[in-house]
Amino acid sequence: MKNYDKLLNDLAPQKFGKKGVIWTITLIVLIVLGIIAYIDQIIKGQVVTNMNDYALWGVYISNFVFFVATSFVGTVTVAVLRLTKNTWRTPVVRIAEIISVSAIIMAGITITIDMGRPDRLMNLFIHGRMQSPITWDVIIIPTYIMVSLLLLYFPLLPDFGLLSKYYKDKKPTLSKWYGKLSLNWTGSEAQKEIQLKSISIIAILIIPVGFMLQTIDAWLFSTLFRVGWDSTNLGAYFISGASVAGVGALVCVVYVLQKVYKLEDYITDLHFDKLGKFLVLTCLIYLYFNLNEYLIPQLTSKKEATTHINVLLTGQFAPLFWFVIIGGLIIPVIVLLFKKGRKPFPMFIIGLLVVTGSWWKRYLIVTPTLLHPFLPIQGVPEEWRHYFPSLHEWLITIGTLAMSLLIITILVRYVPIVPIVRTAEEREELELNKNTAK
Amino acid sequence: MKNNNTDSRRKFLDKGLKLGLITAIGAIGLTKIASKLNAKNSEASTGKMELMTTDGTIIEVDSSEVMEMDHSKKQKKQEEQEAYDVREGMPNRKFVMVIDLAKCKNALKCQTACNKQHYITGEHAWLKVYKMQEDEDTAPYWMPTTCMHCDHPACVTVCPVDATFKRRDGLVLIDNERCIGCRFCMAACPYSTRVFNWSEPNQGEITMLMEMEHQTEHNSAEFAGLPSVKGTVDKCDFCPHTIKDNELPHCVTACPNGVFYFGDKYEDTVTNGEETLRLSELLKEKHGYRLMEGLGTKPSVFYLPPVDRLVDFKEGLESFTDYKSVDKPE
Repeated sequence: MKNYDKLLNDLAPQKFGKKGVIWTITLIVLIVLGIIAYIDQIIKGQVVTNMNDYALWGVYISNFVFFVATSFVGTVTVAVLRLTKNTWRTPVVRIAEIISVSAIIMAGITITIDMGRPDRLMNLFIHGRMQSPITWDVIIIPTYIMVSLLLLYFPLLPDFGLLSKYYKDKKPTLSKWYGKLSLNWTGSEAQKEIQLKSISIIAILIIPVGFMLQTIDAWLFSTLFRVGWDSTNLGAYFISGASVAGVGALVCVVYVLQKVYKLEDYITDLHFDKLGKFLVLTCLIYLYFNLNEYLIPQLTSKKEATTHINVLLTGQFAPLFWFVIIGGLIIPVIVLLFKKGRKPFPMFIIGLLVVTGSWWKRYLIVTPTLLHPFLPIQGVPEEWRHYFPSLHEWLITIGTLAMSLLIITILVRYVPIVPIVRTAEEREELELNKNTAK
Repeated sequence: MKNNNTDSRRKFLDKGLKLGLITAIGAIGLTKIASKLNAKNSEASTGKMELMTTDGTIIEVDSSEVMEMDHSKKQKKQEEQEAYDVREGMPNRKFVMVIDLAKCKNALKCQTACNKQHYITGEHAWLKVYKMQEDEDTAPYWMPTTCMHCDHPACVTVCPVDATFKRRDGLVLIDNERCIGCRFCMAACPYSTRVFNWSEPNQGEITMLMEMEHQTEHNSAEFAGLPSVKGTVDKCDFCPHTIKDNELPHCVTACPNGVFYFGDKYEDTVTNGEETLRLSELLKEKHGYRLMEGLGTKPSVFYLPPVDRLVDFKEGLESFTDYKSVDKPE
């Protein structure tokens, strides 16, 4: 127990400070506003949005795609770094798992906000048909929620056991809860073996499930005829884009938690350095797929494709498009190539840029395509030729973003952000190695 | 005694069975003979009759040679007995439409009639007349579009709940009591034909009509897909309520220029109400085509190219409204 004293002191979940309380209340207020707007939408119908028969999907869908993409962080960091035996991952994996769980739960909620008849949700199960990509989504999202919850939960068992002991005298009720959650963890060899085995199974399982999730998300679009979606590139494009969004979000959250909980001893510059390099890699891969997506159709210059791409490159959506490409991908790559750029604070700014870019990127995938159908837009009100989200849509979207941050906040409040037992073991090992080296 | 009793009973049963069999066979034989006699009996000639053979040639036969076949009677009865299932559609029919672009002057009577008959209260008419020009160097023309009722409908493929479905008579319809409003079908349709009820449709008239007819089901033949439901998808339905009564869809009858032809592919005939034409010949002679054939959707709506037009394109411009397709009461 002695080894753990300092660790527990540093890493055990802490009560919110004043800032934490203000933060949480702000989130709750935003969520309540979103819920009010949503109730109004249910009463009046989706006429309160700026969607129309041409821009038939809007910010709800792009926000959904963003959440799905961000949830991929669990797969890339936890599973991929684990399989490639990157040991620096220890202090950041749990944060990645938390983001993943929060994002995928919110993805499930946001998609129902877009439904015209949420009261008929059960029809998806009563009358579900396998040939529809939506049914694939209905299957894969709950699967991914389960797998990411398990991936968060299994490694937590030893920590829960430890916390249960730690709080035994101070906070008996909390200790009881941790004890229940730890599933009677004693730390025996037999338990450790089962736990490790389960974690490896889940960590391997989440890779195909994560890839399927992103691919199905891409297929929601690429199974349709529309220009800009009808692309064989889209599955890989979405997977690489999801890595960018996920790692970007991870960088931001890691920075904030390091500052708020003063974890400089555990999350060091080394971790930011590694995360920075990782982010560069994902951005480069995504840039490659962007080239495929935009440059090749431009070269063959089919009529519809040229119209679509010109709208992005030089037309109505050009400012947003270049912000996403330059601000969200090229600048991060350049900055992060320098060692100074991979220090915590610059990384945080870059992370914010990447996440913002990723969010708008989804908007650019959904909206411009819909505004350029095969037949011209005629015989409908002038405003149906454009789309920008209405107040209701913004309130609801901000509400969902706030809700995902609230889920992260609550998890951070009760779950040790940095795995305590694992850190202790790793440190012991390090000491041992040092001693033997001497 | 007991044995005897059972024996006699057995004998009786045996005899009875045999007798029954013989009578049954006899009866069948008799009816057969009777029917043959019947056919030969009516030899007295009552005049000639024109008939069409399966390959389309007209032949003349003595009316005494003609008699009603048994199975056709049965089928009719069966059809009558079978309740008209909106999801299944009519058996042995395949409805098609031909739109002759050479005749269209953008009179918009089709649209007005369609909007009225379907109680459209939204901003997006089910039937639209597009001002089309493929290229600067080619002539402009007017192109009415309805739902294409594709044989490979992209909308039906992607619907997660089987709310939009393809019938055996070719119609693609929507069960708006099942639709969840995901709008995936709208994104899938390359013809932008589907519309969404963003708010309460408020189709007072039709609701009253349905109440008067004591109809509560949306999916009866008379009210297939009517009235519209908030948060669900709508589109051109090829008027199953009129074709059920052997009448033409409203756009066909409303058109003053005879642009729309409606008919049955199996019968190989289409009509615009004035003239009835052979579908295959019409498409061959006038080089009929379908919209975006390359997508493989196999539409049931054929177009005849806008050639040899008698009127100037500009005439239609008067009634062209870029931003409106549904007239609203002030």
